[in-house]
Amino acid sequence: MLVTVAGVKKEIAEGTTIAKLIVDEKVENPDYVTVTVNDDFVESEDFTTTQIKENDSIEFLYFMGGGAF
Amino acid sequence: MAFTNEQMERYSRHIILQEVGVKGQKKLMNGKVLIIGAGGLGAPAAMYLAAAGVGTIGIVDADEVDLSNLQRQIIHGTADVGKAKVKSAKETMNAMNPDVTVNTYREFVTSENIMDLIADYDFIIDGTDNFPAKFLINDACVMAKKPFSHAGIIRFKGQLMTYVPGEGPCYRCVFKNPPPKDAVPTCKQAGVIGAMGGVIGSLQAMEAIKYLIGVGDLLTGKLLTYDALKMEFHTIKLPKHTDGCAVCGSHPTITELIDYEQVECDGK
Repeated sequence: MLVTVAGVKKEIAEGTTIAKLIVDEKVENPDYVTVTVNDDFVESEDFTTTQIKENDSIEFLYFMGGGAF
Repeated sequence: MAFTNEQMERYSRHIILQEVGVKGQKKLMNGKVLIIGAGGLGAPAAMYLAAAGVGTIGIVDADEVDLSNLQRQIIHGTADVGKAKVKSAKETMNAMNPDVTVNTYREFVTSENIMDLIADYDFIIDGTDNFPAKFLINDACVMAKKPFSHAGIIRFKGQLMTYVPGEGPCYRCVFKNPPPKDAVPTCKQAGVIGAMGGVIGSLQAMEAIKYLIGVGDLLTGKLLTYDALKMEFHTIKLPKHTDGCAVCGSHPTITELIDYEQVECDGK
């Protein structure tokens, strides 16, 4: 099924969960990533149970420090 | 307040802009921006705000200039190594534009001092490198109803978002709590390309300028990310409904400022 991951359209398998997508997309620091599906947050405890649906738009938001020192 | 001939010339490229004009330039000259961290992000932000004629600019940083800073912290020069960053920054800004009043605060932000530091300013720029400071700045700005720009940079990537009280989510809505010590690499551990501070810090200055003048759309309700290797900017829309947020939600559970364990500040 066709979905949008970080702004890029791609095919993923039916029934893919957020947790699976995090692995497939090789998300850095997967324990500390924030995820939105269709502009809504998905709680991290729901990553393994939340299945992605056709045409969903998924975004990964990463902790980023950097700056002063 | 009438402009001098010198000011008319100095700010002529602003004044000619329809969105700025004499009125907008006056707003900048009456504006007060506090920059927390005079480093990779704070350096370009401070320089562009000084050049723009923002009337009062505060700089908060307890550190001294280190040789390893100079690859990206362009407000400091080789002769400034060992000097307090706030002093070095002020000298550069005063040399660029004597119109600007630069207030220096040689300290780290803590739960004790941050409310006093931000109180007199219209807009806050978070140019810090560590998550305890980022969460502290967020919570303080939410509690004091101050708009601020968050940014982070690492390797070839950067991100920023703007919080305006009553308009969209805060940093804690997105990231909840600071990650544990060493769970997420810092610039010192992972490196950062020097010009990244220039790109993202300049965008923070742009947000402050737009906020002060009152034009355009800010990055409220959005996280802008930049990947220099792919040369791509990407805007991530954030949820509108964040009633459940621990600090900016309708029933906040965080009502006092928190000093999380400071872990990244040894990085210089």
